Amino acid sequence: MSKLNSKIPEGSVDKKWTDYKNHVKLVNPANKRSIDIIVVGTGLAGSSAAASLAEMGYSVKAFCFQDSPRRAHSIAAQGGINAAKNYQNDGDSTYRLFYDTIKGGDYRAREANVHRLAEVSANIIDQCVAQGVPFARDYGGLLDNRSFGGTQVQRTFYAAGQTGQQLLLGAYSALSRQIALGKVKMYNRHEMLDVVVVGGKARGIIARNLVTGEIERHSAHAVLLCSGGYGNVFFLSTNAMGSNVTAAWKAHKRGAFFGNPCFTQIHPTCIPVSGDHQSKLTLMSESLRNDGRIWVPKKKEDAVAIQQGKKLGKDIAEDDRDYYLERRYPAFGNLVPRDVASRAAKERCDAGFGVNATGQAVFLDYAAAIERYGKIEANKHNMTNPTPEQIRAMGKDVVKEKYGNLFDMYKQITGEDPYETPMKIYPAVHYTMGGLWVDYELMTTIPGCYALGEANFSDHGANRLGASALMQGLADGYFVIPYTIGNYLADDIRTGKIPTNTPEFDAAEKAVKDQINFFVNNKGTKSVDYFHKRLGKIMWDKCGMARNEKGLKEAIQEIRQLREEFWKEVRVPGSNDEFNPELEKAGRVADFLELGELMCMDALTREESCGGHFREESQTEEGEAKRDDNRFSFVSAWEYKPDIKDEVLHKEELKFEEIKVVARSYK
Amino acid sequence: MKLNLKIWRQKNREDKGKMVDYSIDHVSPDMSFLEMLDVLNEQLINKGDDPIAFDHDCREGICGMCSLFINGRAHGPNYGVTTCQLHMRSFKDGDTIFIEPWRAQAFPVIKDLAVDRSAFDRVIQAGGYVSANTGGAQDANCLPVPKENADKAFAAATCIGCGACVATCKNGSAMLFVSAKVSQLALLPQGKAEAQQRVLNMVAQMDAEGFGNCSNTGACEIECPKGISLENIARMNREFMKASILSEK
Ligand SMILES: Cc1cc2nc3c(=O)[nH]c(=O)nc-3n(C[C@H](O)[C@H](O)[C@H](O)COP(=O)(O)OP(=O)(O)OC[C@H]3O[C@@H](n4cnc5c(N)ncnc54)[C@H](O)[C@@H]3O)c2cc1C
Ligand code: SF4
Ligand code: FES
Repeated sequence: MSKLNSKIPEGSVDKKWTDYKNHVKLVNPANKRSIDIIVVGTGLAGSSAAASLAEMGYSVKAFCFQDSPRRAHSIAAQGGINAAKNYQNDGDSTYRLFYDTIKGGDYRAREANVHRLAEVSANIIDQCVAQGVPFARDYGGLLDNRSFGGTQVQRTFYAAGQTGQQLLLGAYSALSRQIALGKVKMYNRHEMLDVVVVGGKARGIIARNLVTGEIERHSAHAVLLCSGGYGNVFFLSTNAMGSNVTAAWKAHKRGAFFGNPCFTQIHPTCIPVSGDHQSKLTLMSESLRNDGRIWVPKKKEDAVAIQQGKKLGKDIAEDDRDYYLERRYPAFGNLVPRDVASRAAKERCDAGFGVNATGQAVFLDYAAAIERYGKIEANKHNMTNPTPEQIRAMGKDVVKEKYGNLFDMYKQITGEDPYETPMKIYPAVHYTMGGLWVDYELMTTIPGCYALGEANFSDHGANRLGASALMQGLADGYFVIPYTIGNYLADDIRTGKIPTNTPEFDAAEKAVKDQINFFVNNKGTKSVDYFHKRLGKIMWDKCGMARNEKGLKEAIQEIRQLREEFWKEVRVPGSNDEFNPELEKAGRVADFLELGELMCMDALTREESCGGHFREESQTEEGEAKRDDNRFSFVSAWEYKPDIKDEVLHKEELKFEEIKVVARSYK
Repeated sequence: MKLNLKIWRQKNREDKGKMVDYSIDHVSPDMSFLEMLDVLNEQLINKGDDPIAFDHDCREGICGMCSLFINGRAHGPNYGVTTCQLHMRSFKDGDTIFIEPWRAQAFPVIKDLAVDRSAFDRVIQAGGYVSANTGGAQDANCLPVPKENADKAFAAATCIGCGACVATCKNGSAMLFVSAKVSQLALLPQGKAEAQQRVLNMVAQMDAEGFGNCSNTGACEIECPKGISLENIARMNREFMKASILSEK
């Protein structure tokens, strides 16, 4: 028997959440005060959860490794947040958002969770507006929307190219208010290094004060992990430099199963790698695919000339351009989901049509959009005979208004002006659909330990749609956990404060200190980054956009060797009792070196292609991904064993009661 | 290209600190400034030296964590960019570059180039929010906001809390940062109910944190990577006057 109980409520999918809320156990206000909750992470998921739980009366402690909760990587989200408001009257509904998300996820997500997400999506927008989040508006003063990949309606709310920033600052302001009221105690520049499990329940954490190096014990009745995604296992990704898997991985080692670790999202529109010094990759928002057209030359000789710097994009005649997404997927064109767009770019570049020196780039072109918008403006202003220059100038202004900050960013990084020459883009690791396995209540397999936001595996299946992570993070924090956590804590009202002077805390603290002491005393010869870069290369080459059995088996061996070398040869300068960024990195890379192996094992087991997971052995004749529903319609949930190779796979079968499972097509 | 670097080294808050010389070769113009420091740190680690500590995270100009004073200017020589967005093509072979932390009374140094900016958080905690508990919000479109106000509020809200304004100001004043938040909320109907208390409390906290007074030099606006406008300071002054008069009663 499987150890997994997803606790999905009975009833039809559209009634489950309402019924659940009607019957869930409650904790009365007086009792809430004596209950402590630890929230690790202050991104959208963590800030919204910490603020909401504190408002309800719980005593909250929140942690982040940056110098302020406002700097969590949610801040970097650009494009927008989905919600089924149907403000555009274009046929959107809760059901359609639910359907699009299940389909977008290639039928590898739980219906019940996704429906709940779609149900609460509209409340998120209301809540954010009430907080003063300055979303884009039209001239009537009402909220504006844009469209995003994988959908045919306009349901994405946005604040220029800084949606994540504005949403996070909204949640941060709510959190700040609770900090001022004394309901949340905030620990900046603190890193959680272990979960403490007492009597089978999560009862606290061990954290390191990153300024003083002090190791601290914190106890609570429940622990929420809102620590973000693990894309940095690839070294190069669009994640922040500090994004890591440590919090989730430590919980995994203490008994939390890891769900679908191999499901990684490779985002199609990022700025290509420029050299060995590269420390991270920068995303160009997917919203650019709304108006930009993606192409490579039709003729090999043109591509080669561009690669050698002998021709520019604009030298290629219209007829000699291959708008390959519009060609292959006429119904969705440039707006196909991310996994499809990324693979199509790789396919063209692998075939030799790439458009920069490394051959690893395609064009994202705004010339047509600038002209189109220019003509609309000319009409608006009743200009009868506008010159092409006038049209371009007006068109540029419109594009600037919509995407100005993204264009500026591109120019700063590459030194090229995207208003004049097409941008060059290439796919990059961006998001991890996998994460800690959670049940309907967002609880991991450790009772009392929850995972929210990108840190959990839920809702996005094998591929996440654009603008849905912000939605999920805030749904989890504002509207799900405040209900579901009561169901657990209702049994804890008489427990009293959890002591930290117990053997469980002693043991966890000792393990943390031992590892730190090992690092600062090891007389190795190579820096942490040296190992991280090598791990990243293995992962990208063999567990990246396309995977096969042979490569994955090699990757597993290579990672094991690398890990051994790491523990022998890593050099960490400085001491444990000071601000020591290299020491922080060492702990994170140690965990990535274990996670990487598990990701490859998971990818190896899943002998099908679905969403972001493309097994070369499983494709159609046209090279499209081929799912295998008979054998793989399940969530994989891995149980830790001291040697990663012994981890045990548990399967949560996915049942589709509402939506008919069909092959995903965007043609 | 080859560069000479003069970098501030300070072991901890109590240490006096000093400038130390380094040189670095084979710097590519496509590198970002922080990637150049990564390469230097890698070399220091391989030599058994202590690498240079500096704050950074997103490396795309939005988290506000990076904070270097380069050749006497916050975030370096270019306008409208953060340190992490600065690329080495802005320098040339043989240049000498001075790299220092933010210097302000309210931002003590933690180590080398990293400073403590938690004073900013405390100013926000004093009132930089709308008191709207989760749940119970009305439909978002029940509250139309004229586009002009919405756009201005957004422009003010794009402040990343980096502190370049404070580091640039000869008085170490935080007026630009504080006024950006006050303005955002003063421009929106949601912020009106608490406007008076907000500005009084935030200004009081700003003073308590040891930020200096504003003497209208305007250097902050020039060095702000997000182009936060001085208009916000004027708006905050008006809000403050109004609130002070009303609260005298
Ligand atoms: C460049 C970029 C653009 C994106 N654009 C969009 C978009 O337009 N729309 C969309 O829907 N999604 C977008 N996404 C995805 C989305 O932003 C993220 O999935 C989401 O914000 C994650 O939120 P989170 O709260 O789960 O985690 P994060 O925001 O990553 O927060 C993690 C938090 O955990 C803390 N933390 C981590 N580990 C520890 C530890 N060990 N101890 C203490 N604290 C710890 C960190 O300090 C931080 O506070 C984008 C992502 C990127 C990278
Ligand atoms: S006002 Fe500008 S310089 Fe000051 S903190 Fe905000 S973004 Fe930085
Ligand atoms: S590192 Fe985030 S703004 Fe520079």
